[in-house]
Amino acid sequence: MKYSGLKNYGTAILAGFEYLLDNDPNVFVIGQGLWSPWYVGNTMTDLDKNYGVERIIDTPVSESASTGAAVGASLAGMKPIVVHPRIDFMLYAMDAVVNQAAKWSHMIGGQAHPGVTIRAIINRGGEQGAQHSQSLHAWFAHIPGLRVVMPATVEDARDLLIASVLSPDPVIYIDDRWLYEQEAVLGEVVELDLSLEGPKVLRRGRDLTIVASGNSTRLALLAREALRAENIEVEVVDLRVLNPFDPSVCITSVEKTGRLLVLDGGWATCGMASEVISSVVESIDSSFLKARPKKVTLPAAPAPTSRVLEAAYYPTLDEIILCARSIFD
Amino acid sequence: MNDLNNDQKLKLFANPKLFQDNFVLDGYMANDLIEMLTSMIKIRKAEQTLAEHRRLGDIGGPVHLGVGQEAIAVGCSASLMATDRVFGAHRSHAHLLALGAPVEPLFAEVLGRESGYSKGMGGSMHLWNQGVGFFGSVPIVAGTVALAVGAGLAAKLQKKADVAVAYLGDGAIEEGVVHESLNLARIQDIPVIFVLENNLFASHMHLSLRQPMRSTTRFAEANDIPSEIVDGNNIVEVESTMRRMVDQARKGGGPSFLEAITYRWYGHVDWRDDIDVGVNRSLEDVADWRLRDPIGRLKRSLIQQQVWSEEENDALFDAVDNEINAAWASAESAPFPDASALLDRVYTNGAV
Repeated sequence: MKYSGLKNYGTAILAGFEYLLDNDPNVFVIGQGLWSPWYVGNTMTDLDKNYGVERIIDTPVSESASTGAAVGASLAGMKPIVVHPRIDFMLYAMDAVVNQAAKWSHMIGGQAHPGVTIRAIINRGGEQGAQHSQSLHAWFAHIPGLRVVMPATVEDARDLLIASVLSPDPVIYIDDRWLYEQEAVLGEVVELDLSLEGPKVLRRGRDLTIVASGNSTRLALLAREALRAENIEVEVVDLRVLNPFDPSVCITSVEKTGRLLVLDGGWATCGMASEVISSVVESIDSSFLKARPKKVTLPAAPAPTSRVLEAAYYPTLDEIILCARSIFD
Repeated sequence: MNDLNNDQKLKLFANPKLFQDNFVLDGYMANDLIEMLTSMIKIRKAEQTLAEHRRLGDIGGPVHLGVGQEAIAVGCSASLMATDRVFGAHRSHAHLLALGAPVEPLFAEVLGRESGYSKGMGGSMHLWNQGVGFFGSVPIVAGTVALAVGAGLAAKLQKKADVAVAYLGDGAIEEGVVHESLNLARIQDIPVIFVLENNLFASHMHLSLRQPMRSTTRFAEANDIPSEIVDGNNIVEVESTMRRMVDQARKGGGPSFLEAITYRWYGHVDWRDDIDVGVNRSLEDVADWRLRDPIGRLKRSLIQQQVWSEEENDALFDAVDNEINAAWASAESAPFPDASALLDRVYTNGAV
């Protein structure tokens, strides 16, 4: 029951950590703020006390070296989890992620694999502004060699963390503090093979496919409920694994519904929403499409601080519903 | 020398008109020295072969050669074991070969062949042979320094007496991640030796144009890490200093920092001497540094001690020549990777 039962998204992540630390002595965690709930909410409570500060390493203010060290440790047989309490600060670590971890296996002929998991937290809102707000999943999804995971459900928060760490490849696991209050009753842990995981239909529907990931999936589910009252049956596809990206579930869904709306918490240009739409449009027979696909993303601007601008910045449920309705016009 | 500080030593070591003398070989077995001499000659011949074939156009990609710097890799490797964790950079042929790795897979790798150290996927700048303790080299300056710290951290967590080695250059010390890595290594007491090969140049730029002319050990001191500066073309000084640092790390003594002053006879990349594009680089300097040749100095020292002779030395050169030529011929006839390697090696479960 330690890892199962009633959990919220945050404690589900904690359960994932506990499962990994209990079952694999090679797992250790490294990053900033790991000894303080201030940085990581309820997702890592007391790990340092229960597993020791040798395995739960709160580091100097050194994103670059800490991430690089985790990559190096993974090459030496360990299963490190790096934690970046804000994805914005992780930009200091780009060389370790993009040049080293992502390419290592390929560059040396597949003879060694940096099986490192990099947990990056999206932490925004509350007038925090441009450098405390970003959702950079599309950046990482652009890079061959990285697996990019974005859990939207409580179950995935736990099981995809475990799958990420069990994967021999480098994984970027992105969780979103706007999801931490979601609750669910979880069954026993299922050890998933991340290479077999991908987008999933969360709810069935016949009229419109909404594809989303992370917090956008939460919004998609809310939009589905609202549109139901208008007799629009929405199918919700949660991307879950953004790279390597397998669009087949999205394609199959749109072949059924004929309509596609993509929600994404990132920017539009070269973003995940565009990737989904192009993948579907390239693959589907145009006779299936009953309307042009649409997307709802962030406006092409950094996140503002002023509450008035901030309210205008993040897509609301109402805007999403309006956009969904417009597909039927 | 002993009463000079590290900054004063740097200025002396950086003057190629000094330190052309023989070594004191006290405390060394002749066989060990001859083994190191052999290794240096093999590395030099291998790199000169690469230089020549690059010039001829037989090699498609860039090769960063360390001819003249062999004593550092060979001296440092003498106290390492196959279970240690060595990371290199863009100029790392010697770091790999000095661990006892054969030459032919290096040639095959540079030629992009499946039998190469990285199965033909990496070329000169991405080398790997974990079997001898070589965890990898990459051309992003300072890209592996933090990785070495992590591999050392792993040794500590695994409760093994293995050490990590981060080879870096005098350019790499200017990268921010190195300073983070030094601090992280110190605060976690990680068994890692930072070996800074100071060849006085970062691509075209002389050290004096990039930093105050002070020893880079100042950065180790700033991070509370023990450090030493040595004549990098004196193999016994490199060997004995590195051995002390490795022994200390194996016993749980944490990180150390070794700065070894040297010079590359060729330019930054390929076979040219780069007099035209190097800033503060002259033919006179190159000629002087050739007189501080680590191979020539060890050879003369051994002959002076009467444990080696010109005839034996000539025979060794001939034998190495034959070995290297055979390795090149064999590598040239090795097959290329299959086209499927392009996608199959991105993720561990194969193509997606």
